[in-house]
Amino acid sequence: MQNKRPITMAESINEAIQIAMKKDKSMLCYGLGTTDPKGIFGTTIGLEKKYGKDRVFDVPASENALTGVSVGLGINGIRSIVSHQRLDFFLLAMDQLVNSAAKWFFTYNKAIPITIRLIVGRGWGQGPTHAQNLHSWFAHIPGLKVVMPSNAYDAKGLLLSSIFDPNPVIFIENRWLHQSISNVPKKQYFINLGKSKKKLSGKKITIISSSYLTAEAINACKYLKKLNIDVDLIDLRTIAPLDWSNIKKSIKKTGSLLVLDSGHFSGSIASEIIYKATNECFEFLKKPPSKLCQPDIPEPSSFGLTKKFYITYKEIIGKVCKMLNCDKELIKAELNYKKEFLHDIPNSNFKGPF
Amino acid sequence: MKINLSLKNKIKIWKIIYKIRRTEEIIALNYYKEKMRCPTHLSIGQEAVPATLSLFINRKDQAISGHRGHAHYLAKGGNLKKMLCEIHGKANGCSEGKGGSMHLKDDKVGFVGTTAIVGNSIPIGVGLGLSIKLKKKKNLAIIYLGDGAIEEGVFYESLNFAIIKKIPVLFICENNFYSVYSSLKVRQPKNRKIYKLSQGIGCKSDFTDGNDYAKIFKKIKKAVEYIKSGKGPFFLEFATYRHREHCGPNFDDNLNYRPKKLSYNWIKKKDPLTKIEKNIVNKYPKKIKYLESEKIKINNEISSAFKFAEISPYPKTNILKKIYAK
Repeated sequence: MQNKRPITMAESINEAIQIAMKKDKSMLCYGLGTTDPKGIFGTTIGLEKKYGKDRVFDVPASENALTGVSVGLGINGIRSIVSHQRLDFFLLAMDQLVNSAAKWFFTYNKAIPITIRLIVGRGWGQGPTHAQNLHSWFAHIPGLKVVMPSNAYDAKGLLLSSIFDPNPVIFIENRWLHQSISNVPKKQYFINLGKSKKKLSGKKITIISSSYLTAEAINACKYLKKLNIDVDLIDLRTIAPLDWSNIKKSIKKTGSLLVLDSGHFSGSIASEIIYKATNECFEFLKKPPSKLCQPDIPEPSSFGLTKKFYITYKEIIGKVCKMLNCDKELIKAELNYKKEFLHDIPNSNFKGPF
Repeated sequence: MKINLSLKNKIKIWKIIYKIRRTEEIIALNYYKEKMRCPTHLSIGQEAVPATLSLFINRKDQAISGHRGHAHYLAKGGNLKKMLCEIHGKANGCSEGKGGSMHLKDDKVGFVGTTAIVGNSIPIGVGLGLSIKLKKKKNLAIIYLGDGAIEEGVFYESLNFAIIKKIPVLFICENNFYSVYSSLKVRQPKNRKIYKLSQGIGCKSDFTDGNDYAKIFKKIKKAVEYIKSGKGPFFLEFATYRHREHCGPNFDDNLNYRPKKLSYNWIKKKDPLTKIEKNIVNKYPKKIKYLESEKIKINNEISSAFKFAEISPYPKTNILKKIYAK
């Protein structure tokens, strides 16, 4: 990349909102904590001062009503970006999301331009109701788009496309990515929704990832390369609509598929991709496709209980080697060389730019 | 606001009540044909509030309603043919056959839509009101809700937000005492009035008999003046009664879920159509002929709209491809 301008994803999100607020003078930005001193992990800092109290405001803890309000505003052509500090809090708004926002265009031919930012917590004892990865729920609802950026550069372009998309868009941010750094151009740019990004090109296996798991996957691929395993790594960017044609192309090339999904094992987007793979690429598959997901267990809080809970680069390497029948001793030696890290905070490998 | 309950205005209200009543009766009469294949909640008995409100609003004021929305749609001036086509699942329907009786809208007259989940339309109406305020217009948003909707959490959330932001919204709560078959007794504390609850939350609120056009007129006039002065939302509770079953064309008092005396009082003694028609006929006997000729006109309009709906084609399935707006 020519442009050397390393900033965090929190900053790139802030920039995207600012560009949008300038482009569309009637657009609103709200959500609990939007104007507080911390500004939703820094993503909304300074907006109220620049764009005024009418357009940027804090709200009561009424997730369902505020989602309905955004639908009403959308009916009258006013765009909203609504932020929620945890995805889990937004579960109170399922009626307005599913029955109103997702249905209005289908039923009444009226576009509802809303972007709903949901932040997924992780680690540091977040526990059962502060760290849920429920993107597959949203992807299940026709009429919604679901976006999951994996880095600061993508976040800016994807958020701009989400805001100016005439449909309700669920924009999911992993909390650990807010401090990740990429080179981000200052100017505005749009990344198309529904298109994936090839992060690495290889022939041995296709790995599909999204959001934070893309970072773990990139890390894993570095080690796999040492073992002469070159990976075709696809970052989904958007999980609804799903960019199936690019995934299909890759499977035809490698004949092996591993899907990474931060959601629970059962009923996941990973399962959906694997269904499509077996249905449409059966003759190209050299072995059964596989997936790595979180277990079908609510996330516990304790440091002691979460040790094995997350998918890290280690699990990815292990899974790939198992699928490709690699030399176990070689992998062990390679992995043991790597220093241990604390599993409940973003690890030191993960700062970017990437 | 210079609106009086003149004879001219009384006749306007009567016409709307009569049109809604006859439309609903004809739907009920034809329902057995099984051509209207969707859940249908008739407004018979509850026509007076939206009919009277129509004197105070124009097509730039935006209304939204719930599952029992026929009266609200028609009183706002919604297209009759499009409504009947929608109930018949036809291509000419106001939501192209995708919504049915519970999803009515007419953009031309500011009827934004109806939603089929209790309480669901309340925050959307508040959003409409907020956009009216942000665009600095003088109009208001009208939210129709029932006694059941105030039991939903979103009612409190929406009212609270509307008060904080001083949003120009008129909440119209039609209290017909029953949520399907469940009486208020099992749903809300005894002696707690709905409008008092809303008042307690901090919204200017009032209550009256929702079958009496004159009383409705007074309360709505006051509420609309208040909202238009920029002070924020107003909540009006109207007691009223549905004559027929919750959903469908039949009478269902044989099930004994409502006290016989209560039903007799509301249906036989306090019918809103009889009340206003009697008043006009008794005070202005010369108008009888006019009313009779209007009845013929209205009935002709309804029967031709009905025929239109029956012979209209079903929608083409390619409309189902439109999942995302472009």
